[in-house]
Parts: sequence; structure tokens; C-alpha cells
Amino acid sequence: MAESPVSSESADPVSPRLQVPGTVDQIIKLTRYQLREYLSSRRFVALVGIVVVIAAIITFIVADLQSNAAVKALLASPDAFYGSFWGGGAGFVVVLSAVFFGGDAIAGEFQNKTGYFLMGLPIRRSAIYIGKYIAAFLASASMLLLYLVLLLLNGVHYFGASAFPWQFLPSLALALVYLMAVLGTTFLFSSLFKTSAYGFVLTAILFLIGFGLLQTLITSVVKIEPWMIISYANGAIGDVFAPTINWGLSGTVTVTKVPLGRGGGFDTVTSYTPGVAEGVVIMLAYFILTAIAGLYLFEREEFT
Amino acid sequence: MSVPSIETRHLTKRFGSFTALSSLDLKMSGAKCVGFLGPNGAGKTTTLKLLSDMIFPTEGECFINGLSVREGRKRALADVGVLIESPEIYASLTPNQALEMVADLRGVPVSERRDRIATVLEEVKMRDWADKKVGRFSKGMKQRINIAAALVHDPSVVILDEPATGLDPRGMAEVRDIVRGLKKRNRLIFMSSHILQEVTDVCDEVALIDKGKLLFYDTLQNVTSKFADGHPTIDVGLSHPLADEALLGQVAALPGVTSCVLLEPRRLRLKFSGGPDAQEKLLESLVALHLGVNSLSEPQSVLEDIYLRQIAKGD
Ligand SMILES: Nc1ncnc2c1ncn2[C@@H]1O[C@H](COP(=O)(O)OP(=O)(O)OP(=O)(O)O)[C@@H](O)[C@H]1O
Ligand SMILES: [Mg+2]
Repeated sequence: MAESPVSSESADPVSPRLQVPGTVDQIIKLTRYQLREYLSSRRFVALVGIVVVIAAIITFIVADLQSNAAVKALLASPDAFYGSFWGGGAGFVVVLSAVFFGGDAIAGEFQNKTGYFLMGLPIRRSAIYIGKYIAAFLASASMLLLYLVLLLLNGVHYFGASAFPWQFLPSLALALVYLMAVLGTTFLFSSLFKTSAYGFVLTAILFLIGFGLLQTLITSVVKIEPWMIISYANGAIGDVFAPTINWGLSGTVTVTKVPLGRGGGFDTVTSYTPGVAEGVVIMLAYFILTAIAGLYLFEREEFT
Repeated sequence: MSVPSIETRHLTKRFGSFTALSSLDLKMSGAKCVGFLGPNGAGKTTTLKLLSDMIFPTEGECFINGLSVREGRKRALADVGVLIESPEIYASLTPNQALEMVADLRGVPVSERRDRIATVLEEVKMRDWADKKVGRFSKGMKQRINIAAALVHDPSVVILDEPATGLDPRGMAEVRDIVRGLKKRNRLIFMSSHILQEVTDVCDEVALIDKGKLLFYDTLQNVTSKFADGHPTIDVGLSHPLADEALLGQVAALPGVTSCVLLEPRRLRLKFSGGPDAQEKLLESLVALHLGVNSLSEPQSVLEDIYLRQIAKGD
């Protein structure tokens, strides 16, 4: 044992005035600092820009094509209008923000060496992960709200301020649950790879194309309805604007017959509409599983 | 006896099949500075990262103030200041904001924060930059803020990995002043460094590590008296590498020479006995050997001499 060769007076004992804050307290502090970081980032500005552009495109299309039959149908009622534009757009805004704010949340700490600054502090690793997650959630949720406000401005123009469908409340809640799930997945990817780009690309591909593709593949090849796929579950965000709402835990399979052209006969295309509760359960399951896996990985991650 | 401030037990780290650190046993306590020396890749950063829970031991354990780092990083790291691998600070923060964040997360009471931040920024001579964004700082300026961040909570144990990295000569001198100040306030500093002059200046003890193995850990005084042999030493620079073993033998056989080590292919270290006369004769006969001698100098420090010979032994 290489021991201190001379005994000297002992160093000051653990300084009593240093009371390291509790873990919950630290998570709140970390969230605040991280959120400030997000809000002052160029990324945030870029995302605001993108959301504004999306809203502007919607505004333009609707205003310009009022005589078009499809647009007419959308303008027939606030439910149809919001169900279509909010139902369709919110999921996209969620994925976009999750990728922007969460894509490199963990990997970036390795890649930019900012992690070394935090890792020497007396903070549980899980607290760092959770603090960053909450901050990314709040930043993304603010994008969702921005989109909502811009959409409402359009809606008010056509339907008046009083036509605010009550469905917005459950729909917004569903969108936030979807955000939890997408962000959980993004964080998992981000701690799986130490290169930021992978987190960005994988989440974007998976949620914008991947799940849809998987859904089609499973349906057509295995001939079962993959009810557990999140791209079905998030459909609930728009579904609550439909004339009849299935609030339940089990969904409905819709079978559509498609004529097979000249040869006659039909092919059947099935699609699945989950019950709202079912959608929530599925999305929460994605959130919980990815959060557990991500936390597990981050606890064991070495800053080499 | 009170618990050691820093303790490692059989601390071992392997990366795949490569052993970066091999069963390191160290115990240090008291108000002092311990210099951690070793060639590139010796395992210094690995050790310091293990001590701060950035990486995990393959075997063994380490303790700070008696608390296991692995079992409770939060408690163990509470009273330590760590600077490893020159981290980057979020570019959008100013030094004031970054230090505020560290102080806040570490639990420095609000009433003391401003004072502490001002004090450490003064120590690293960055007060004029306190409200400028770190993103635009030079490497050395960032390193100064990193040093400040390691000290902002006035910890009892300070772990520094090559703190002088990127600093200008005055900055290096300032680091020495900071270390001296810490010692006066009864802190323990464990510091890796390649600057032997710095170690000689401020360290009380040195640990030398090579290829993951501890070669020695002792006071600077003991090291000097144990490994230095009291013979005058001279470094001989050569214009071309000395490949011929026989020539080396001839040098060693010159009258008065007590030892002769080839430190580098073109640098020879001679020890000899006798006074100025003997030295004159020796240098004349050395030149007569036609080795391509192009410089003669005294070694920069005793520590360097010991360091180079100990490392050379392992090769
Ligand atoms: N993540 C890693 N994977 C594989 N090998 C590693 C890893 N990190 C460090 N090593 C190896 O461990 C050894 C010790 O590295 P370490 O960084 O501790 O050296 P050091 O003493 O700090 O050197 P330097 O003076 O250059 O800073 C080196 O050979 C290095 O290649
Ligand atoms: Mg190193």
C-alpha cells in the first residue's frame, strides 16, 4: 500500500456548510438551466421559424383554395378543420421538436465534452438525464402551443372566437403524451450512441417514416393489425375530433375493399383506429420502456 | 487515524484486453499537494476519472473522504473539486452564469455565492471577462474558468488533471499560486502534470506511474535523496542517434563516469565523480570519441533526472 509517507495534520473535514441539494431539488435546478440553454439556442429560433412556416402554409392553402371541394369540406365545421390540421400537424411538430431538442441531449454531452463539466458534480446520473428530459419536454411543448395558437388564429377567422371545440383539451393532452413517448425514444437513442447525428437521424426516420412503413409491412405480410405501433396510437390526437369517439381500451379495425382494376375482384385494406384510452396506454408504454432503458444506459455510461 | 482524503484499493481499469491501470493502491491525506507523474498514456487521467466516477473500475474501489465513489457518487463528490480533460462549458453561458450553476447545484449558500464566484474569478484572473460568453473564449481562458469551477465551493479535496494545459507562462505561475493558497487553507490537492518544474515548486509528494503501474509514491524529499545519487550530472546532446552499443560502453568506461544512460537516441545522461578538473578531462575525452556531441547541459531538475531514469528502466 502506497501510503502518504509522512503523517501531517489532517485536511479540513467535510465542510459542514456544504449541504448538497436533494436530488429532486437538483433536477429542478438542472431543468431550469437546461431550459434556459434551449430557449437561447439557435435551434429554438429555427424551430419557431419552421412552425410559423407550417402554419403559414396552412393559412395560405385554406385561404387560396376555398372553392376546392376538399378544402370546403374542411371548412364545413370547426371539428373538421381542427381535426385535420391539428390532428395532422401536432404529431409532426412533436417529432420535429423532440428531434431538435432531444436528438443530441445525451450524445452531445459526450461529443462536445460539456459532460465532463457536469459529471464531476455531486449529482446522480439519473438526475442529469431526467433534468434534461424535462427541459426538452417543456421546450417541445412550447412549440406545440405555438402551433396551436397559430392554428386557432386561422380557426377564429373562419369560425369565430366562440367556436373552440372542447376536443382540444383531450387532444392537447394526447399530443403531450405522444411527446413524452417520442422524447423518451429520442433520449434513448441519444444515450445509445455517442455521436449526436445518430440520435437526430434515427428518431426522425423512425417517427416520420419508419413506424408507418413497419405498420404497412406487418399488415400486408403478417396479416395482423400491429395495434401496438405508436403511429396508430398517436392517431388519437386527431380522432377525438371525429363525430363519434371511441374512448375505450380496444380499437376498431376498418376494412376497406379496394377494386383490383380490370381483372375484377377486390383486395381488402385494413386499418386500425385505437380507442383513446388504448392509445394513451400504448404511448405511455413507449415512454416508460424507453425511459427505463435510457436511464439504465446512462447510469452505466462511461465518460472516457 | 482519521480517514484518508483520497484512497484507492487495488484500483484496476481495463479497456477490453488493455490494462490502463493495474491494481493501484494509494492513500493520501493532509494539507498538501501530491504530484501525479507519468508519461503519456501512463494511466493518470484514467485514475483521476475513476476517482470522480466518470469511468468505473474493472476491479478495486476508490474512496474520497472515506466514501465509496461508486456506491454514492453524490456524497463522495460533495466536497471535491474536479478538473479533468479540460471540459467545455455551454457556449452560451458567461463565467458568472456557469459558476452560478455549479455553485447552485453544489449547494453553496446563496448568501456566499457572489463572494465565492468573485474570489475564484479573481484567483484565475478572469474578473474582467465575468460577463462575456464562454463560447468565444480562447483555450487558456476556458481552462481558467474550469479551474475556477473546480474551486467555487471551496472543497477540501481538489483533483486536477494537467491544470496548466493551454495556459500561458503567467497562467502557469498563477496556477502555482492557487495551489499554494489551497495548501495554506489545509486542502489536499492531487494533480497530474507534465511540468516537472511546477511539481518541484508546489508539490510535497510525488506519485510516479508508468504503463498503469505505480512506480513510487513518496515525499519529494525522500524521492530526491533516495533516487538522486549526489553525483554531478550532465546531459550530452548528439547530432545523430547513438545506435552503437559499443560506443555507449566506451563512454561508460571513461575515467570518472559512474553511470551513463541513453535517455533518447540523441541524448545521453552522464554521472561522474570528481571536481571541476575531472569534469574538464571527461568532456575532452568525450568529444574525442567523435560521437557527434553538439551540446552539453545540466539537467533541468533533479526530479526530471529521476523521472527519466525511472521511466527508462521500465522500457
Ligand atoms: N476509452 C478507452 N478505450 C481504450 N483505451 C483507453 C481508453 N481511455 C484510455 N485508454 C488507454 O489507457 C491508457 C491510459 O490513458 P490515460 O488517459 O489515463 O493516460 P495519461 O496518463 O492521462 O496520459 P497523458 O499524459 O497523455 O494525459 C492509454 O494507453 C489509453 O490509450
Ligand atoms: Mg491524461
